[in-house]
Amino acid sequence: MQKVEGKKIPLSERAWVKELKFTIKRIKQSPLSIAGIIIIAFFTIIAIFAPYIAPPPPGRDPYMIPRYGYKPIPQPPSKDHPFGLTEGQYDIFYGVIWGTRTAFRVGLWVVGASLLIGIIVGGISAYYGGIIDEIMMRFTDIIFAFPGLILAMALVTALGRGLDNVMLALVLVGWPSYARVVRGEFLRVKQEDFVEAAKAIGCSDLRIIVRHILPNAIYPVLIMASLDIGSIVIIAAALSFLGLGAPLGYADWGQMIALSRNWIVGPPTNPLLYWYTYIIPGFFLFLFVLGWNLLGDAFRDILDPMIRRR
Amino acid sequence: MRNYVIRRLLLAIPTLIGLTLLIFSLTQLFDPVERASLYIRDPRQARNVEGIIEKYGLNDPLYVQYARWLGALLEGNLGWSKSANMKVLDAIFTFFPATLELVMFSVPLTVIIGIYLGRLSALHKDRFLDHLTRVIAIVGWSLPSFWLGIVLMAVVYGQTGLFPPGRLSVDASNFVHSPNFIRYTGVNTIDAILNGQWWIFFDALQHIVLPTITLTTINVALIMRVMRSSMLESLSKTYVLAARAKGLDEKEVINKHATRTALIPVITLAGILFASLLSGVVITETVFNYTGLGYWAAHAATQLDFPAVLGFALFSGILFLGANLVVDILYAYIDPRIRLT
Repeated sequence: MQKVEGKKIPLSERAWVKELKFTIKRIKQSPLSIAGIIIIAFFTIIAIFAPYIAPPPPGRDPYMIPRYGYKPIPQPPSKDHPFGLTEGQYDIFYGVIWGTRTAFRVGLWVVGASLLIGIIVGGISAYYGGIIDEIMMRFTDIIFAFPGLILAMALVTALGRGLDNVMLALVLVGWPSYARVVRGEFLRVKQEDFVEAAKAIGCSDLRIIVRHILPNAIYPVLIMASLDIGSIVIIAAALSFLGLGAPLGYADWGQMIALSRNWIVGPPTNPLLYWYTYIIPGFFLFLFVLGWNLLGDAFRDILDPMIRRR
Repeated sequence: MRNYVIRRLLLAIPTLIGLTLLIFSLTQLFDPVERASLYIRDPRQARNVEGIIEKYGLNDPLYVQYARWLGALLEGNLGWSKSANMKVLDAIFTFFPATLELVMFSVPLTVIIGIYLGRLSALHKDRFLDHLTRVIAIVGWSLPSFWLGIVLMAVVYGQTGLFPPGRLSVDASNFVHSPNFIRYTGVNTIDAILNGQWWIFFDALQHIVLPTITLTTINVALIMRVMRSSMLESLSKTYVLAARAKGLDEKEVINKHATRTALIPVITLAGILFASLLSGVVITETVFNYTGLGYWAAHAATQLDFPAVLGFALFSGILFLGANLVVDILYAYIDPRIRLT
């Protein structure tokens, strides 16, 4: 990135803008990523308009699914309850609509926070090197020594149950992978001439990191983040399914599937009698994750330096 | 090679220490009164919480407590699991064979299907078969394991009565735990063969079908994706060109020259997959009431059985670390470039 006669480089000429334009062009050529975008757009609309699609009862926490009675036995879809009532008479339609918000919140928060911590720690570690770098790398080694879900489960057990603690645990387990990637990119960019030049003219460390290195190092990790959202939402839902995450009656797809566990196999005459209790929330979860994964898979192909620009 | 192995082993030591430190710091998230409750076996003791804290040194400086905890760990004392009603270490050994059995069936299947689909995809790059296999893989990867398990159970078991959940049917379970049956390994299918009891073998096999399908469907994308890109890379190498140039049959070129080298990263990944599943298939085991390590850990977590969860996490970490070590060393053995850098 050279500066011409002290003038700022126009936005359209900057490396990262070009990169972004190229990505968007490639997305448009790939039917799979378009399908992914449509799915995510569909869920975004549901999440935004949740209060209109499924109006919460006034004066109550909108994330708690309203219940219509206390009988355990699920009730099939009807006019008042288009997707039926699950165990404990919780409204499935209401649950899946507001569950969309929960899924977005979990996915975006966890990935966003992991990304932020990863960038800060990875960046500092690579820029300053030495003992800081060594400590950071050993620490990430330790986190990587565990299978992710198991460490997250142990953390939630220690921190206490609840969706917030699930999110916290997933951030604690997740940030080291971002830190590693950011570190690698920083080390690469650090050696470029323009960083040397910035140092030579006396820029502060903070300015060099934020203005010169970061914009050139952040791209791969952003892609990684988009790839992660789907699996983060699955893991969070799985922890809720196990009973470690969202509390009973909370609008969370994993928790709703957990409510169906006693009704998987119906009476011998009609084993699929209670299909709506697990098929509907599960399908929402699956579709949401599929949308992000389709998008992420397309990104990966577009950005893989080995196969791109051919 | 020897130098590489020694260096790699030495590098694992700080990680191992860090692993114990991390688990220890998790125990410290509980205040001394909560930790004291772990030692209470009798309601009358509850009046003397202070005494228990004193006795077990729960207010001592952290490094003293860590040293004591590590000492107990080295003696194999991981505490008492109230959910399993036995020592944590004993519980791990009790539940491990079931998980091993499940992994023994599903990982080879995942690897074989993944390699086959990945190769197919690469050989038909950007054509219909490539797109189809990739869509199948992404769909499989996006399926939540607990949902897939539930749907399989509802549709297959619910409709046909075949492939029930659990690990053994009641009759088989009674027989397995009777003195007429010697449990050599704890892995039911193997023990059944060793005892010559084929009906136990088929009973165990029936129970393992659905969990195996679930695990395979979800993990196959992982292997497939790596196989595809590694195959594409090896197809573009000059030795493949050379093999073609000297007039070899295309089949020969693909099977002998391209596929073989493409397998190296896949084997590594298969090793890591094996290790991560072996250290606990929490969700799948829970859905199918398959009483392995993961099932036990999940139940322990919901029953606030902290020693069990932390002991299980520690065990998983050590197993995973060890498996990664073995994979790294094997990799260096296969590929000399790694051990020389």
